[in-house]
Amino acid sequence: MTTDTSRSNPLARLETLALIGIGGFAGANLRFFALGLFSEIGAVLLVNVVGSFVLGFLLYEAQYTGIVDRQSRIVFTTGFLSSLTTYSTFAVQTALAASPVWFVAIVVGNYGLGFAGVLASRALSRRLRGGASV
Amino acid sequence: MIGFESSVFAPALETLVAVCCVLVGALEGSGIAFDPGFGLGFGLGLDLDLDPEPAHVVGTGGAIGAVLRHWVYTQVANAGKDRAFPTATLTVNVVGSFVFAVAVFAGWGDSTIQFLGIGICGSFTTFSSFSVETVQLWETGNRRLAVAAAGGNLCLSLVAIGVAWALASVLF
Repeated sequence: MTTDTSRSNPLARLETLALIGIGGFAGANLRFFALGLFSEIGAVLLVNVVGSFVLGFLLYEAQYTGIVDRQSRIVFTTGFLSSLTTYSTFAVQTALAASPVWFVAIVVGNYGLGFAGVLASRALSRRLRGGASV
Repeated sequence: MIGFESSVFAPALETLVAVCCVLVGALEGSGIAFDPGFGLGFGLGLDLDLDPEPAHVVGTGGAIGAVLRHWVYTQVANAGKDRAFPTATLTVNVVGSFVFAVAVFAGWGDSTIQFLGIGICGSFTTFSSFSVETVQLWETGNRRLAVAAAGGNLCLSLVAIGVAWALASVLF
């Protein structure tokens, strides 16, 4: 996340921070909502995979087509998506896993499906670019 | 490895102001009411009704965690060849896991876990940036750095949780 010179005005930076805070509020809220719906391990897995997929899509979309505005992308990704996904709960779940099998399952589940989500989003954004250029 | 900009204080102050704005906003929505004229009966009485909604507590913590994470990303530079290694993500994940683990092992109450653990630490740490950065490292040919990022986040976070457990069992 490089800082743009046009955003170096204190008020503009404050606006960015406020928007990131709002995104963080919403992202944490949605994660908490998921924790109430599913088991803790399932909820964290779900938000991490969905968040990785959407973040990957936005970044590859920026690389290939660039429809989403840069500033709104930073606010959405840094504020909302990075707050929706979490590493600390995942790490504590791993540390407190009931058995070695659960330990492996939680790590392989989050890492494997998280990375797969990013690869899937790349494939999707490439498809969209292919469709747009025809 | 970690580079600090010359003006550390300006962004820190801005962060503080943003956190205060978010806090005031959340307090207004969470049943902690500033009630002029009533309450204690001293004109500007403060009527504290401390029964906040869990979603507001988590959300407020989430806003603070996100702003703090953004601040860390402005302060911590990437490391290694071509500045490819995502040090900022590693930093927030290890620090956030440590604090969350302290809160869990200390046996603090539900509201504290919701505010500090699920809210602040949950938003401060991130999985989406981690997975995208790791996949991009692998794709650009920095496969050893990708493995280091994947293993480093997990191993250092687990070590931090172990330290938190040891610390909590001594202190609490």
